[in-house]
Amino acid sequence: MASMDKLRNAAAEEGKVSQPSLYASQVTVYPKAVHGPARAVKWGILVFCLTVYYLLPWLRWDRGPGRVSQAVLLDLPTRRFYLFGLELWPQDIWLLTGLLILSAVGLFLVTSLAGRVWCGYTCPQTVWTDLYMWIERLLEGDRNARMRRDQGPASLDKIWRKLAKHTLWFAVAFWTGGAFIMYFVDAPTLTVQFWTGEAATEAYVFIGLFTATTYLLAGWAREQVCTYMCPWPRFQASMLDEQSLIVTYQNWRGEPRGHRKIDAGKPANAGLGHCIDCLACVHACPTGIDIRDGVQLECINCGLCVDACNEMMVRTGQPKWLVTWDTLAGQKAKAQGTHEAFRFLRPRTLIYAGAMVVGITVMWAAMATRARLDLAVQHDRAPLFVQVRDGSIRNGYTLKISNKTQARAEFVLTMHGLAGGAMLLAEQPATPAPALVLPVDADGIGTFRLLVFGHPTPGSDGSQQFDFILRNATTGERTTYTSVFMGPRGG
Amino acid sequence: MPTKIEKDALTGRHTTGHEWDGLQELNTPLPKWWLYTFIACCIFAVGYIALFPSIPYGRDYFHGWLQASSRTAVDADVKALEAQRAFSMDKIKYTPIAQVKDDPKLLAVATAAGRIAFANNCQPCHGAGGEGRVGYPSLADDTWLWGGTLADIQQTITYGIRSGNDRARNSVMPNFGAGGLLTPAQIEAVADFVWGAFYGHAAEGQDLSKGRAVFAENCAVCHGANGEGSRTVGAPPLKSAVHLYGDLRAAIVAQVTNPRMGVMPSWEKKTNITGLDEATIKSVAIYVHALGGGE
Repeated sequence: MASMDKLRNAAAEEGKVSQPSLYASQVTVYPKAVHGPARAVKWGILVFCLTVYYLLPWLRWDRGPGRVSQAVLLDLPTRRFYLFGLELWPQDIWLLTGLLILSAVGLFLVTSLAGRVWCGYTCPQTVWTDLYMWIERLLEGDRNARMRRDQGPASLDKIWRKLAKHTLWFAVAFWTGGAFIMYFVDAPTLTVQFWTGEAATEAYVFIGLFTATTYLLAGWAREQVCTYMCPWPRFQASMLDEQSLIVTYQNWRGEPRGHRKIDAGKPANAGLGHCIDCLACVHACPTGIDIRDGVQLECINCGLCVDACNEMMVRTGQPKWLVTWDTLAGQKAKAQGTHEAFRFLRPRTLIYAGAMVVGITVMWAAMATRARLDLAVQHDRAPLFVQVRDGSIRNGYTLKISNKTQARAEFVLTMHGLAGGAMLLAEQPATPAPALVLPVDADGIGTFRLLVFGHPTPGSDGSQQFDFILRNATTGERTTYTSVFMGPRGG
Repeated sequence: MPTKIEKDALTGRHTTGHEWDGLQELNTPLPKWWLYTFIACCIFAVGYIALFPSIPYGRDYFHGWLQASSRTAVDADVKALEAQRAFSMDKIKYTPIAQVKDDPKLLAVATAAGRIAFANNCQPCHGAGGEGRVGYPSLADDTWLWGGTLADIQQTITYGIRSGNDRARNSVMPNFGAGGLLTPAQIEAVADFVWGAFYGHAAEGQDLSKGRAVFAENCAVCHGANGEGSRTVGAPPLKSAVHLYGDLRAAIVAQVTNPRMGVMPSWEKKTNITGLDEATIKSVAIYVHALGGGE
């Protein structure tokens, strides 16, 4: 590609048709280290997020003997999600939908209030990129040292530093991929199995996959992910308005920009704004843009340019916050010498907040009142009914009792609406009885084949509705299932 | 080929040189790594086409160098499953049937194997759920002509009923009518008696004594003095709500006059080339026992 560019340039020089390339080479960004409040918050969030991510699977949670002891475990083979004291069954999967909707609305709300703070502080891409840059800085030095070394010839110093950096990156990537899998299998068990070669093939494949993606995305792709891959920058425009708090260069204060002479009284300094055009904001930017160009797609609102600029303002004896967090409306007012207060309450934020309150309330209510007991009944299809020797009719049913409590319990099954009905469990010799006691393990599903004896109402079309009533003998929780008892027509 | 590349005054960017009715397109360069990824995907696709089934030839298709096929994969899976089950089936073969039922693991295998074997071999006569039909006894109710324990069922399946096998369950109901053992009047009388006393359709004040006498003399030896039937000769109980040949009085007359005697094949491999091996027969017995009426 480079040779093509050369050819084109040569052609342009000769005055022939000049065509700018349709493809852009990646320009390596060398962000410079900064110190300040934005950087401090960013470090804090990074440490918190990574600590939670790496260590959460190791947190234990006592659920009783023989039960899962991991605090957070998404157990796909047994179809249970364990979240501390909460245990979700496949039937509760809609909660995940609710959670995703809440997350989306929450993101909208935060963006309309404070711009893309998600992108700048908490997005995994940002967090891991930041971690990788920290490692890079540790081994290769800050911006200038890195640029110098990259442009310089290959040397022993360059090679060992690069090698060490990639090794460390790879180690972090591996730990990241490994930690991800631990949310799906018991962490201590997997760790042992992984090194003894006994873990499932899927575990190795997924750890490999996430190791590779972490290494590539955080080490190599970085801002390219935000600029070219992520859809969020594309539709954030519809979340932002002139009332959103965003990282802003105060144009009215900074312009006209220019280098100033040491002696503040020199005539050359007259008429210049506060911006000394030192490019500190550009050098600090992790996506390599110039914040002074205004709101742009690539800006992730991390505020590192704010820290960088503040440092320069202090050094040149000017007021801080030339680059600051402000709204477009606020900047417009300030440029005209007036003041416009930040408005938290706007139709947009109220609607998002309202949607969140409704969503959280509905989800909380549903969680709090969700049944710990579920009964499903399937009537036998072939045969629909059987006549036995004494003339009564027998129907077969398969019962599935879900015991969502943390204790083994006995469930009392009775019938309502089937006069003289009696039942027994198939393959268990007993006299048919009007009630049965069925034990089900903690957090388990009990499957029972049930034979019900009865006499259908004379003159009916043979089928008759009745209810199975199931009661947890320990907690007293009840549930009802309406089923049908079949018999010969006109029976 | 675009020829008129200009610098857009508003954005300061180049155009691509494409123009449609005066509308021009700004050049927004694609990152090069994206282009390389695209090329890598194309190369991957070529490899995929070569390795896997991809190109239709009309009636046939290009099978790919790996010869991958979901049919072969299924065959391999079935073989693997059979190999996995072989151990359990062997164990079922050498374990007494009552103990198979008490071992939850073996029971699960036997029930699964029994269900399939039942559907393939028994369903045509006895129905999908063992409900039976006229002339073919229900296996889901509590009436057993030859016994309903696991061992009884296993024996019936292995050797059959009137199947010609040396160890088959055999019995003959005398040909009372066509053979001239009973007169038509006696047959009507005994039918009245069975229909009235056992089937429960006696009319008020009906005199059943004549039929009772005929029954005691000719039928009670097999069907029992009180119509309770006999399992040693496979004589169906008559005092019951379940009737092998239907619930009509005419069916009683027909059966006494010219009896039908059902035949069930022997399923042991020795005498039936389409038969079942011992473990499968045991499995079917366990499955049938669980249909609802096992004793």
